[in-house]
Amino acid sequence: MSFSVVTSQLLHSFLINCEIFAVTLVLGLPLGLIISFGSMSSFRPLSWLTKTFVWIIRGSPLMLQVIIVFYGPGLIWGGQAVGRLDAAIIAFVINYACYFSEIFRGGIGSIPAGQQEAGQVLGMTKSQIFFKVTLLQVIKRIVPPMGNEVMTLIKDTSLANIIANKEIIMMAKDFTAMGIIWPLFYTLVFFLVACGLLTLLLGWFEKKLSYFR
Amino acid sequence: MSVLEVKNLKKSFGSLEVLKDIDFSLEKGETIAIIGSSGSGKTTLLRCLNFLERPNGGRLLVDGKVIFDADDPRTQKENEIRKKRLHFGLVFQSFNLFPQYTVLQNVRLASELLARERGDYRRNKRKILAQIDVEARKNLEQMGLTDKIDYYPHQLSGGQQQRVAIARALAMQPDILCFDEPTSALDPELTGEVLKVIKGLAEKRTTMVIVTHEMAFARDVADRVIFMDGGVIVEQGDPEQVLGNPKEERTKQFLARYYEQ
Repeated sequence: MSFSVVTSQLLHSFLINCEIFAVTLVLGLPLGLIISFGSMSSFRPLSWLTKTFVWIIRGSPLMLQVIIVFYGPGLIWGGQAVGRLDAAIIAFVINYACYFSEIFRGGIGSIPAGQQEAGQVLGMTKSQIFFKVTLLQVIKRIVPPMGNEVMTLIKDTSLANIIANKEIIMMAKDFTAMGIIWPLFYTLVFFLVACGLLTLLLGWFEKKLSYFR
Repeated sequence: MSVLEVKNLKKSFGSLEVLKDIDFSLEKGETIAIIGSSGSGKTTLLRCLNFLERPNGGRLLVDGKVIFDADDPRTQKENEIRKKRLHFGLVFQSFNLFPQYTVLQNVRLASELLARERGDYRRNKRKILAQIDVEARKNLEQMGLTDKIDYYPHQLSGGQQQRVAIARALAMQPDILCFDEPTSALDPELTGEVLKVIKGLAEKRTTMVIVTHEMAFARDVADRVIFMDGGVIVEQGDPEQVLGNPKEERTKQFLARYYEQ
């Protein structure tokens, strides 16, 4: 098995990791924001319900959640409801949205009440205050903890192989089964490069937001 | 007719009565200074005027019209309160400028958002926005900040930030401009520049309610001084009289303590 063949096969399967990663961010971030509103709601039953949900999701292994989303519907309602990749993506989106929601909650809570009050006395609506005043300040504050989550996410995507999604680690294991072990170690390079790029991107973003304090 | 009438205003936080039956009125063009020790209810009074706190009792009248009545839920609708707030402007002790916007943007933002609600906004958008820009620059010029319009708040001194905050409040053209200890967060050498612009506003007959610890300033600027203690107005009247020759024992004690420091 030549180096270039292994590289191209691994790269091909790494696209699955990238897909899970991208979709989780695109859907998980807004969902996380909505969940954070739920847990901050002054309507007690809603905040209690949301907090319980977040506790259950954060309190159970992601790998188990992937399995539950994949097999659960079939066991309960019969038939095969979700595809393998879809199941993994659903589990990832929900799981990460819960972590994101806690980061949003902390970020929103860290903005001084005076910012909202200043908006109020100037006659702004609640949503104007959130989108025009608070949000960018929240984003600036949560870039470092979000960066951590994003780094963890790209590596976590390998958990999708528990329901036979052929992501990069699974692909490498197939090579191992054929008697060549080095592709498994080689996958490290893919993750390191991805995390390196993310570090650069996050650094750039942080710098972009450094124009205000 | 008084521009503002406050009648029997009450506010409690739990069992703590912070305002007990506050009564006063304010004439157009008048400047009132409210003095008193911390915890006397001065700030809560301003926050009630700006609807940042909901009074438990009493009424507020602007130009003779009831804008808030604790006994009448119809005067307490959330969407109307937002509009009613615009009768008042509030300058905070801690400035509360929006850090991500420049000085000019800070002053323009609320006006721009409010203009979107105008019926002719789509048609005259460019004209309206240009108008807001001109007004904002004028207000900043009045505050002596023409050379700072493109700075971000963190690049300014506290005194400059507070002057931006005043320009921002003025931009909404409030009937009554309130100040909540506008110089308390400033280094002593910066208080002067802020007091000076407030004095300038008083000379232009801007209607103002100023909560302050600066007695000399209150004496200099205010048409009337109100002394509050324990959630009630103990004494009010001409600054010379209240600050120079108070009638009430509590006022005397407060001023004696103040001048000791």
